[in-house]
Amino acid sequence: MTLRPYYIFSSGRIMRRENTIYVENEKGEKKALPIEEVESLHIFGEVEMNTKFLNFLSQHGKPIHFYNYYGFYSGSFVPRSKNISGELLVKQVEYYLDNEKRLYLAKAFVEGATFHMLRNLRNYDGTEEFVRIISEEQAKSFEAKTVPELMGCEGRAREAYYQAFNTITSGRLAMNKREKRPPKDPINALISFGNSVMYSVVLSEIYKTELNPTISYLHEPRERRFSLSLDISEIFKPLIVDPIIFKLINNSMLKEEDFEDELDFCYLTSSGKKKFLKEFEEKLETTIKHRKLKRSVSYRTLIRLECYKLIRHLLQDEFYKPLKAWW
Amino acid sequence: MKINYLYVCERKLWLFDRGIQLEENSEKVLLGKLLSEYSYPSETRREVLIDDLIKIDVMGEEEIREIKYSNSLASANRIQILYYLYYLKMLGIERKGIINYPKMRRMEEVSLTPEAEREVEQAIKRVEEVLSSPRPPEVKRKSYCPKCAYYEFCFG
Repeated sequence: MTLRPYYIFSSGRIMRRENTIYVENEKGEKKALPIEEVESLHIFGEVEMNTKFLNFLSQHGKPIHFYNYYGFYSGSFVPRSKNISGELLVKQVEYYLDNEKRLYLAKAFVEGATFHMLRNLRNYDGTEEFVRIISEEQAKSFEAKTVPELMGCEGRAREAYYQAFNTITSGRLAMNKREKRPPKDPINALISFGNSVMYSVVLSEIYKTELNPTISYLHEPRERRFSLSLDISEIFKPLIVDPIIFKLINNSMLKEEDFEDELDFCYLTSSGKKKFLKEFEEKLETTIKHRKLKRSVSYRTLIRLECYKLIRHLLQDEFYKPLKAWW
Repeated sequence: MKINYLYVCERKLWLFDRGIQLEENSEKVLLGKLLSEYSYPSETRREVLIDDLIKIDVMGEEEIREIKYSNSLASANRIQILYYLYYLKMLGIERKGIINYPKMRRMEEVSLTPEAEREVEQAIKRVEEVLSSPRPPEVKRKSYCPKCAYYEFCFG
């Protein structure tokens, strides 16, 4: 049986009855979600719930993530972790405090990110100049002596990368520059939403391991977020989120009603979010043949394997090398 | 103590000891749990936890019993029950051991001979050696690796 995340857009109530989750919309229509099939819940609507329901999720080890009206991640309820390793936590901290050790991991995340950015651009004509800038910044990032310096390389690479989006999408839904808060055009809205969902999926995978999600290497743990999730997301955003954006735009799958413009602010409507999530879900379940495991694994599993690789690195078992899509 | 892991895989033993515990995700482990829950329903003293250290599947008047899915890792099953017998003996309790394989309709009797005692002592010493290492033992690919809950951890 495959577990999958459930995305809930309707407003109303969500509750436990016996051993099943029921989602009840405003019209009083109920839909059952068998807990055995739920990997995680993502709530986009306005939903009421009680502690009995949360305890039920906790019992079964299922996280629930919440997003605000605009689709931005606002927080999670995650069951008490059963996966605790004091030894690993100590190592995680050690590798943060030691500048050299931290830099090694931070560079690896940037390397994975830029590799996948370049891999995306490779498929499109007219992106040579952007490829050149990203490759240059990638080369510089290997030489960086400090994390801020590295962040600078990563930032410039990403800026060039996002500029290439207009070329890739032939100017449909053009974007001026990457703007996060708030996103000002459809492409920015898609990127922000996609990154938001990516972040929570990575967090779900981290929670299945003994890693502590607050201790990170590229991002500062001070960001008051589960910043390890941000670190690992870097590798997967260009691999998973961005190709979906290109597909949605280039195949004209998005319509006017999928976006809403407010004064100086553009965001995805429910229909837009649903279109994105459908593709996102399909992508996560796509499998590839893993060369070392000699079995098929999904993109979602690749995220967890990345966590395992990090654990192996921290336990001095095997040097961490970021995922580089080989297919 | 997961003394049986010593005979299965030293790396698994080390990782388990450090809190890297992946059995929760394993269907095989779940099947094993269900099997020991549903087998021998007339027995009353089940899953007896002693000193927060060893958990005995069935505690009888004269014997202790372990319920196992298969005997494919027979030597690991054997050392586990021997260790329990050894531990109980230290507490002044003498029993004999039985490993039940309900799926195979087979059982194996195990008793704590002086020879077996030495085997347990050696195993305990070896466990301590493995666990004293600051790093996990290297991956060694075995035929049963793909069935292990740690497979993706080791090879992914």
